[in-house]
Amino acid sequence: MGSIANAFSSSIGKKLIMGITGLFLISFLVVHCFLNAFVFFDNTGVLFNEGAHFMATNWIIRAMEVVLMAGLLLHIVQGARLTFQNQAARPEKYAYNNGNANSKWYSRSMGLLGTLLLMFLIVHLSDFWVVSRFTGIEQFNGGTPLDAAGHEDLYAVMHAKFSQPWRVVLYVLAMISLAYHLLHGFASAFQTLGWNHKKYTPIIKTLGVWFSIIVPLLFALMPIAIYFGWSF
Amino acid sequence: MSVKRKLNTQYPILNTNKMSTGNMNLTLKVWRQKNNKTKGQLVDYKVADISPDMSFLEMFDVLNENLINKGEEPIVFDHDCREGICGMCSMFINGRPHGPKEGITTCQLHMRSFKDGDTIVVEPWRAKAFPVIKDLTVDRSAFDRVIAAGGFISVNTGNAQDANNLPIPKAQADAAFEAAACIGCGACVATCKNASAMLFVSAKISQLALLPQGQPERYKRVQGMVAQMDAEGFGNCTNTGACEAECPKGISLENIARMNRDFYAAKFISEEEG
Amino acid sequence: MSALNSNIPEGELTSKWTKYKSSVALVNPSNKRSLEVIVVGSGLAGASAAATLAEMGYKVKCFCFQDSPRRAHSIAAQGGINAAKNYQNDGDSTYRLFYDTIKGGDYRAREANVHRLAEVSANIIDQCVAQGVPLAREYGGLLDNRSFGGTQVQRTFYAAGQTGQQLLLGAYSALERQIGMGKVEMFTRHEMLEVVKIDGKARGIIARNLITGELERHFGHAVVLGTGGYGNVFFLSTNAMGSNVTAAWKANKQGAFFANPCYTQIHPTCIPVSGDHQSKLTLMSESLRNDGRIWVPKKKDDTRKASEIPEDERDYYLERRYPAFGNLVPRDVASRAAKERCDAGYGVGASKLAVYLDFKANTERYGRIEAAKAGNHNPDQETCMRLGTEVIKEKYGNLFDMYKQITGEDPYETPMRIYPAVHYTMGGLWVDYNLMTTVPGLYCTGEANFSDHGANRLGASALMQGLADGYFVLPYTIGAYLSKEISVKAIPTDHPAFVEAEQSVRDTLNKLINIKGTKSVDHFHKKLGLIMWEKCGMARNATGLKSAIAEIQQLKKDFWADVRVPGDVNEYNPELEKAGRVADFIELGELMCIDALNRNESCGGHFREEYQTEDGEALRDDENYAYVAAWENKGDGTFELHKEELKFENIKIAQRSYK
Repeated sequence: MGSIANAFSSSIGKKLIMGITGLFLISFLVVHCFLNAFVFFDNTGVLFNEGAHFMATNWIIRAMEVVLMAGLLLHIVQGARLTFQNQAARPEKYAYNNGNANSKWYSRSMGLLGTLLLMFLIVHLSDFWVVSRFTGIEQFNGGTPLDAAGHEDLYAVMHAKFSQPWRVVLYVLAMISLAYHLLHGFASAFQTLGWNHKKYTPIIKTLGVWFSIIVPLLFALMPIAIYFGWSF
Repeated sequence: MSVKRKLNTQYPILNTNKMSTGNMNLTLKVWRQKNNKTKGQLVDYKVADISPDMSFLEMFDVLNENLINKGEEPIVFDHDCREGICGMCSMFINGRPHGPKEGITTCQLHMRSFKDGDTIVVEPWRAKAFPVIKDLTVDRSAFDRVIAAGGFISVNTGNAQDANNLPIPKAQADAAFEAAACIGCGACVATCKNASAMLFVSAKISQLALLPQGQPERYKRVQGMVAQMDAEGFGNCTNTGACEAECPKGISLENIARMNRDFYAAKFISEEEG
Repeated sequence: MSALNSNIPEGELTSKWTKYKSSVALVNPSNKRSLEVIVVGSGLAGASAAATLAEMGYKVKCFCFQDSPRRAHSIAAQGGINAAKNYQNDGDSTYRLFYDTIKGGDYRAREANVHRLAEVSANIIDQCVAQGVPLAREYGGLLDNRSFGGTQVQRTFYAAGQTGQQLLLGAYSALERQIGMGKVEMFTRHEMLEVVKIDGKARGIIARNLITGELERHFGHAVVLGTGGYGNVFFLSTNAMGSNVTAAWKANKQGAFFANPCYTQIHPTCIPVSGDHQSKLTLMSESLRNDGRIWVPKKKDDTRKASEIPEDERDYYLERRYPAFGNLVPRDVASRAAKERCDAGYGVGASKLAVYLDFKANTERYGRIEAAKAGNHNPDQETCMRLGTEVIKEKYGNLFDMYKQITGEDPYETPMRIYPAVHYTMGGLWVDYNLMTTVPGLYCTGEANFSDHGANRLGASALMQGLADGYFVLPYTIGAYLSKEISVKAIPTDHPAFVEAEQSVRDTLNKLINIKGTKSVDHFHKKLGLIMWEKCGMARNATGLKSAIAEIQQLKKDFWADVRVPGDVNEYNPELEKAGRVADFIELGELMCIDALNRNESCGGHFREEYQTEDGEALRDDENYAYVAAWENKGDGTFELHKEELKFENIKIAQRSYK
């Protein structure tokens, strides 16, 4: 067991945690994005609320929520540790460093992008998760937490929140950060897991690029669509 | 110096200027640091009449000759073979290890890659694991210690079996060779935003992991070398790919993935304790 | 004059080494642990010796002036390593390798040593492969070979154009393994500045820590020098900037004779000098002569571009003069032929001091083969060149890139321009069959000794010799000496001999730094290089050598009166290091000229203009000069000659012919 324990304290082990939690969070994004997409198919919000209801009541999902939180936390804590450690590995900085000559700015800025995303997540969670779990939906929904179908009316909360332009802008900016975070993170996770293959790596990289564009775009479209009242 | 041409063996240099008179004038900003204990700074120097056919280090020779003639201390920099193979030269030029051209070392960089009037910033490799010794010279002995921690095959001299008793597919031998082409210059560490040494370490691990001779110690090796790498204070790999882009010998990121795989296999699958 | 006893074992040539190995005295394991060996140098000869000695159980200290043992200049060897494996089934054998080496060395090497070298050559390949050295392979998974100059078989093993690098990294990893186990103590950035002798035996060294400038005393029951060659005496050479003769020269001053210093190898295929800023020369591997044809225009002072000179106006002078070996004649022959053409006014390029090395014919030939493989039996010229270029790229890609980087010309498009340059020095410290110098307990391996190449080294034999000495010869032969030293306790380094040696080193360093003259070290080094190249280079004559000796003596005076060494003794000071090395080069340069003047014959790398055949080939004088000239340093620039007669009992001595 000793070797397993010290594996995670090594540089590669720490990266492994980043990679695994990263991929896990990516899988969460897929689910989240899928549910969000309901708003584009039903502008009464019933479908969306039904989806949200399922997510909130299914015991597997609820159990996964704990795992998700743990994963997110691990990703954040480990990411922060790595960032500080990596900065300490070069105590005296270069007077002039032309990083763009050999790498992409966003691959060098994962800590910064991650911090932006963390700040966004705080806003985002307090916007919805905290409202739904703790402070109550009724304040956004004329005193009742439920929609016509008897589900929690998160759709109404969303409408209320995204009527504020600053929040829309914030969400869109956050999704741009997410896009860049993913643009590096997606393929990087596979590399860290040791999956570099002449045949498959190009596919993963292409997939990563498409994923990093489509998913954040879909997320960003939601506040925009709601703000402008686009109906589908 | 007058030498009669009786032997008819002309030495085309040293006594004639006819072949390449340079006309480039440059401003250099060079890191000067007396030793490990003092703080350093960038100092401006002007060099004139530089030939585009000179190598970057020969331009430094000219500068140093001028400094000596003026009674100043010449700039100390590491260099030896001057043909791109010993891995000793190590200048961070205009924000890039080994300068603006890809696939070469500092000694192979020629002045024709610059323009008359350019300002060139020259710094040492910077990393906690590569402390500055003086000016542009750093201590890279951390690399040696990483190799000593497992970068070998434990075979004593004598009585090895006939070399052809161990056929190795050409593709595999070539892949091992490509990984083995690493010259240990440290450009990967120098350019990595995390000062990570994973490209260097993984190249040696890969070379030996790709060969049948390397199999018996495969898992022990990867654990030992990674542990030493961490102990030396190098940063962690974040897959930016800067190392691969700047490596003068084109060592590939595939090696890092291979090292990661071997490391997981060693830690999680193998029953050997590391 | 002491007797030069080469200690060659009795018996048949082919069984000498086997018998020696089975009868040499051994040291038992517990005694080995208390015997200390100092190895200076970490190239092929040094690293392999240090690693092997440590494996055997000796306590080893290893020193190098570079920042890591992996930087030693063996790393720059490109082409390959010879071994009598006969993998190609082309009739190779130990005897043929032995014969080729003796003949290639122009009958000036010791038979017993060379035969031993040929015998162990095969073990080297086995050892290196076992270490994980990725030598080139064929599709069947077996090792590949190429041809090199001076042979008619394919016995050269290689790893692209980086054979030296791969072999050195193999030896380096073996060394690092021992360092990791604590059996070798490694001292990087340390330069040996004196051999310490006690009661006539080598008992240690004084080394300078180059970072701090501190002088250190190190004891050893025996000292091994694997410190490389002295080609940098010419200032410009293919050697690394730091390569130097200092260790060997200090040994010479302590009584180790210096043998055949005038035998220097001028390599025929180097990138020509481009200007007076040049700091070193870059070799283009001899392997290129497998596929490159060497030519000059038939017309004098032809200024046309190579591509504009039609086939029938080209003089493929090596193929013309030496039809049997063609472009693959030995290095000395190829170099002199290039010089002869350039001197006669047929040189090419701006300097007119270059000849063409042209790959077009073979590119086309390879292209035709590739096309045929693909089923195209009548390819056009363009297809041939395109396909052939791929083959050439695979074989020599890194060399072509290197050429382009340095010259700015693309060798895939135009022929390379090449010219000879100083590359290797066959001379070195005199050693007996045991590789021991004339100082008991002081050994010398690799290029630093004189032993195996005679007057000219064949391509791909340097790596072979370095590793043979370090892996397979010295570890045995040193036992013969150390077995008698087991009762000697480690001598404390406060012994007067150490104190005195350290003081003399300190005095020299202080002297250098306190001259405070007006000229840089490089200034003197360049002057020395010029004298040596012009008067003791590719061709020498008595008048030139005599004036060279006078000029060098004057240069030595000027150096010690007017050199300017900036900085301090007690700090990292590369100028001070250079100054010490150049001081030694100046003295060595004089001895080289003395040796060249003494040798009234032409042989191998030593070409005296007075001694040549009608058609300009080297003319040996076997009656009077079939000896090794070993020079004893008597101090104050005087040297006494000691001769070791060379006996050829197994090879009939003959005029070397490659026609």
